[in-house]
Amino acid sequence: MEMTLTINGQSHKIDVADDTPLLWVLRDTIGLTGTKYGCGIAQCGACTVLVDGRPARSCTLRARNAQGKAITTIEGNQGRVGETVIAVWNELNVHQCGYCQSGQVMAATGLLSSNPKPDDAAIDQAMSGCICRCGTYVRVRKAIKQAAEQLQSDS
Amino acid sequence: MIVKRQGLSRRRFLQVVAGTGGALVLGVHLPRPAHAESERPDANRPNTDPNVFITLTPDNRVEVMIKHLEMGQGAFTGLAMLVGEELDAAWDQLVAKPAPGDPTKFNHTQWGPMQGTGGSTGLSSSYLQMRQVGAAMRQMLLAAAAKRWGVKADTLRTEQGQVINGNERLSYGELAEAARAEPVPNPDGLTLKNPDQFIYIGKPMPRLDKGKTDGSAIYTQDINLPGMLTAVVIHPPRFGAKVTGFNANGADKADGVEGIVTFSNGVAVVAKDFWTAQSAAKQVKVSWDESNAERLSTSAMWETLKGLTNQPGLIAEQKGDASKAFAEAAHTVEMDFATPFLPHATMEPMNCVARVDKDGCELWSGFQMPTGDQMGAARILGIKPEQVKANVLIAGSSFGRRANPAWDYGLECVDIARQFPGKPVKVVWTREVDTRAGWYRPAYYQRVKAAVDGEGKLLAWQQHIAGKSVVSGTPFESALVHNGIDHTSIEGATDLPYAFPNTDFRVHNHNHGVPVQWWRAVGHNHTALAKEVTMDALARKAGQDPVQFRLQQGTNPRYNAVLKTAAEKAGWGKEMGANRGMGVAVQFLFESYVALVAEVTMEGDEVKVDKITCVVDCGLAVDPDIVAAQMEGGIGFGLGQVLFSTLSIEDGKVKQSNFQNHKVARMRDMPEVEVHIMPSAEPPTGVGEPATAVVAPAVVNAVAAATGKYRTHLPLMG
Repeated sequence: MEMTLTINGQSHKIDVADDTPLLWVLRDTIGLTGTKYGCGIAQCGACTVLVDGRPARSCTLRARNAQGKAITTIEGNQGRVGETVIAVWNELNVHQCGYCQSGQVMAATGLLSSNPKPDDAAIDQAMSGCICRCGTYVRVRKAIKQAAEQLQSDS
Repeated sequence: MIVKRQGLSRRRFLQVVAGTGGALVLGVHLPRPAHAESERPDANRPNTDPNVFITLTPDNRVEVMIKHLEMGQGAFTGLAMLVGEELDAAWDQLVAKPAPGDPTKFNHTQWGPMQGTGGSTGLSSSYLQMRQVGAAMRQMLLAAAAKRWGVKADTLRTEQGQVINGNERLSYGELAEAARAEPVPNPDGLTLKNPDQFIYIGKPMPRLDKGKTDGSAIYTQDINLPGMLTAVVIHPPRFGAKVTGFNANGADKADGVEGIVTFSNGVAVVAKDFWTAQSAAKQVKVSWDESNAERLSTSAMWETLKGLTNQPGLIAEQKGDASKAFAEAAHTVEMDFATPFLPHATMEPMNCVARVDKDGCELWSGFQMPTGDQMGAARILGIKPEQVKANVLIAGSSFGRRANPAWDYGLECVDIARQFPGKPVKVVWTREVDTRAGWYRPAYYQRVKAAVDGEGKLLAWQQHIAGKSVVSGTPFESALVHNGIDHTSIEGATDLPYAFPNTDFRVHNHNHGVPVQWWRAVGHNHTALAKEVTMDALARKAGQDPVQFRLQQGTNPRYNAVLKTAAEKAGWGKEMGANRGMGVAVQFLFESYVALVAEVTMEGDEVKVDKITCVVDCGLAVDPDIVAAQMEGGIGFGLGQVLFSTLSIEDGKVKQSNFQNHKVARMRDMPEVEVHIMPSAEPPTGVGEPATAVVAPAVVNAVAAATGKYRTHLPLMG
């Protein structure tokens, strides 16, 4: 079916099977490969993007249901929160293999956008959907706290 | 009577090679495949040609070819750091690039004419080599600059990517072309830095595997080539079943489907993109010949393995007379341990891109053993290995999976791509395919009996280990399996670091059709568990403190030192409160020493790990931040296997399919982790795998401290 999606502020007219998940539209149709395939059933979070600012698993979200909404992928994660998160991620050398990190960064951006000062329980809640097999969780937690502090002191 | 295992072991082949400037490199000799011996005239001599490893660009970048796979462990940063150190490059000008598959240039320094990554040897085996590469290029830059200025090279110095002559400076980029033309110096004549001159080694540096936080890094999964097709595969429901045919049910006519083909291990649906292929694959009905299929059930397998440990088995190592000593013991403990099959479950499921045409084959993948993989592709295509081009991509983790001696997923891709000549074909395994494809960590059952006398002095240790060998049937068999005993099944068990005068180690091989493979920390996962939990139980039975007990009996000063430091840092012996416990474990593995102290809280039978204190002695920590990251990550990886992860099989069918039933550690499970690195001037040793194996015994011992009960069948909450 034909549909129009707004991805990173740009409008894309596409024609895909009507059950196509947003993930595969991003990766195979548009060519934005930063969003990763990890499980296909919303269990690992590698495919996390923001839809109207809220984290969503693009592997189970049908593209057609994302029409009319603002889709933000890792490639378009600009803005104060996103840029701060990425800067802190790099500063703390959070990533290892990196394959899950697009999802981690997007989930963290979503969290800090809605909760500027998350405690450990809030971080557990928001981030436990994003599996990292390299086990970077210690640094992900630290980075979220540091980004929160930086965003607060900047504001 | 002493019966020592004969043949190759990692420790027996330790080689300490003195470098200049006080630098040392520790080498671990792994077996050399019999083939390809003649490909390099002097394969024992590491290649240190800077023109192979370094490209200086006119815009002043220093591109370093990284010969080990970057799979998260920090190979890009570590190896480029060694080059940059001796080259006096500025950190910001260093660019790490993956070396393509070419064993004539990029072979592992200890594996003969074979390029590859594994055994936590990437940095330690390249330590001297990469420094020599950097030093050689620096000498060539000095020579080129000396000619430019008409001065002697020894009047010049280098700093931050520049050659300096009094007040004059030339950037490396400006000298690139001239330096490249200079004669390559003999590595033996190079003077390397003394440790007090180091600008990078020993310091935490920003990682050089960039693009992983902004989506720009390209993995195999992200490769997109003109005309590329995507294949989704259907594997047999049971290991060893053969495809006899399929009914496409019209899927082959679907829009975008290019073909449905059989290959060695199943059926591939090949389409213009993933979703088209995946949707079509759901329609296809495959028929299988299951006459030779494996019908193993894990529940019955445990009974078989348990039964085996009551048999004599194969003698791996014996010392003194254990039976006699047990008869005279004051305190004896007997424990059994079960560690299940586990998939590697890399974040990036297995994948590969192949293009096959009349001239040869081009491959794109996160190659961990590119030389073997190129040979495998050449073999099935009937061409020469030189006709197989291997483009090495960064990998979305491996944990051993990508070092598959049979290169199952890659050869599958080649087998499919050859049926679409000239077109690049990307095989994308779904998570379900990946989970059920086999090559698991083998399940092991162990029975241990240990005893002390009335004064708590060690008397005897007996250990039976039953499971499937990961090395038998691979090219490594001749080197790593002796008298039927796979070194990787007993590593970390024999050569006990505690002073038992009587020991008896037995191995029981249980062969079956479920493919098994090395899994991060390999044999240490089961042997560290058995050793450290039994020691803990023995200490408590003898009425002694588990840390003091180990320290009194430990025979290795570095082993004892990490243990003692971990106990101090963790506040060993502090009041823990109700339902809480602290447990310790220590292991020597991959030439490093790791001690962990775990603190847990029990909520009924549920275990919550609150904190882990880790102390590692890995010789010189080249990048202490990466060492810490590998400890943190290794702990997270090990945590899954002790708490939740399992893989069960019923009548030959794997029950788990994806992360909803193959449970792994998540953010909410991750404890606070504190890492301490022992200061050391010893040669660098392995850090990628060690922490993983030590988590289980530390947690099991902490649970026992809280509850009085040793729970030794993993996972604890399966």
